[in-house]
Amino acid sequence: MSLPLLLFFVFALMAVLGAILLIVAREPIHSALALIVVMVSLALLYVLLGAEFIAAVQIIVYAGAVMVLFVFVIMLLNAGEEERTNWSRMAKYVGVPLAVVFLFWVAHWMAHAAVGATAGYAPGETFVTPSMTADLSKLLFTTYLLPFEVTSILILIAILGALVLAKREEKS
Amino acid sequence: MEFITQHPVLVVSLVKIAVLLFVVMTALAYLTWFERKVVAHIQSRWGPYYVGAHGLLQPLADGLKFFFKEDLTPPASDRLIFTLAPMLALALALTAIALIPFGPPSIQVLGQPVFIVSNLGVGLLFLFAITSMGVYGIALAGWSSNSKYPLLGSLRSSAQMISYEVSLTLSVVGVVLMAGTFSFNGIIQAQSGAIWHWNVFGIRHGGITQVVGFLCYLIAAIAETNRVPFDLPEGETELVAGFHTEYSSFKFAMFFMAEYANMITVSCLATILFFGGWLSPFPDSWTWQFYLPGALLLLTGIYTAFDSFVVLRGIARIQFAVFTLLLLGGGAICLHPAVAPLIQGPFWFVSKVFLFLFLYVWVRGTLPRFRYDQLMSFGWKLLLPVALVNLIVTALVIAFPWLGAHG
Repeated sequence: MSLPLLLFFVFALMAVLGAILLIVAREPIHSALALIVVMVSLALLYVLLGAEFIAAVQIIVYAGAVMVLFVFVIMLLNAGEEERTNWSRMAKYVGVPLAVVFLFWVAHWMAHAAVGATAGYAPGETFVTPSMTADLSKLLFTTYLLPFEVTSILILIAILGALVLAKREEKS
Repeated sequence: MEFITQHPVLVVSLVKIAVLLFVVMTALAYLTWFERKVVAHIQSRWGPYYVGAHGLLQPLADGLKFFFKEDLTPPASDRLIFTLAPMLALALALTAIALIPFGPPSIQVLGQPVFIVSNLGVGLLFLFAITSMGVYGIALAGWSSNSKYPLLGSLRSSAQMISYEVSLTLSVVGVVLMAGTFSFNGIIQAQSGAIWHWNVFGIRHGGITQVVGFLCYLIAAIAETNRVPFDLPEGETELVAGFHTEYSSFKFAMFFMAEYANMITVSCLATILFFGGWLSPFPDSWTWQFYLPGALLLLTGIYTAFDSFVVLRGIARIQFAVFTLLLLGGGAICLHPAVAPLIQGPFWFVSKVFLFLFLYVWVRGTLPRFRYDQLMSFGWKLLLPVALVNLIVTALVIAFPWLGAHG
């Protein structure tokens, strides 16, 4: 087994375990930590694919900024343990079989579709690929300029909306 | 032997990591000694003096003390996270240092650069990724202690680090634009020439001075590392000791080491981004600069010899006599024409980093702490706009080169 493949399995396992822990954990802060583990392992998988830029940005934005805010809010509200209900009958008899069917369908699709072949990187080649940041930026600011700008405006609107909501004076 | 020649990358990397870890740990220990000495002299005191000559063995004594203290865990704490938080803080702080190039890539052993542990294409971004994770160590430490003051400290810390991270990142984008790469080597190579080509002066074709970016970076970096005057997360007059109030023994030492490791990382980054990294400030044609490191060591050796024979008494005199021998021997080796060119890069790099560390300590000895609202309004209302304007001006100069300097 080559080193990149081995690393892939390690990080993939980390991601899956983190995701399971995220759902199972009772303390909200443990769930948030598990989500950070998922995001970091995804970033490491991006590194294996040769996408260093995306990997770094994934950690900076999601693990470093978004999740810090999550953790911040959980700490500020001092949220305690989650309350659990028993499983509803619906979940037991319909949800679980459907989830199993879905998982098998995804596995089947992945086994037959040529996912790796279309990415353009053979495993093992990934460590020597040069930084793709310049190529990525060129694409982003020429071919995909309109979607990029629309996304920027969308985020700006979200910021303004948050400001308006936060600044609204209370009517007493 | 066969294994080494077959796997040069693996073996050389492991050796480099081991050596770097040892050097950084020693530097951390002596940084505490240095800080205590400088702050003491600023305040007209002597500082550590009794353990070893000039208190030079004080870090060792401190380390032993940390090691043998009782390790307390508050009963109401979240044990797993309480243990994990200091490890996370220290591990991230040490990982960040592995990205720093300490010398030119041209000096190689077995085809591997000696002074560079990892040469990533997106080194700068990756370093920011690691430092952005650093806030978890502090935030989780405060939360898991399940105690009022640590929680307040870590809340402050999270808010402060998120706020100043924005300015920190924006302040260095100008440098990235001028170099056209995120790789540390690329950024350093772009500044080659002499001192006026460094980004802080920026007198080269299509360049503009990044002194504004540098000042923004410096302020934001001090805030990111939670140092005076931005040390609100551990403000002892308000929060006992802030986020690490409940920590003792080696766990506390890990936070302590993480803080100093972060100081070193941030100083290294300032050196690379604005002061030409391992480049010499003099033009290449000035060949006498090759003898500077050796000459400096010899001068220090002469000083310690004087100290040993004239000033010191007892065991301290013997210690300094040993130092003298080491310094004079090291100086003689560094003057050898085969060795001198090899150590130029690390010499200049370490000298510049040392100046920044001194600046850190100097600021600590001089400035009072900010108030919390001052901290927030300063970060968002002054630092961020200034960093943005710097970015726009730099981008304009690069787009229209006739606006900039013509060095």
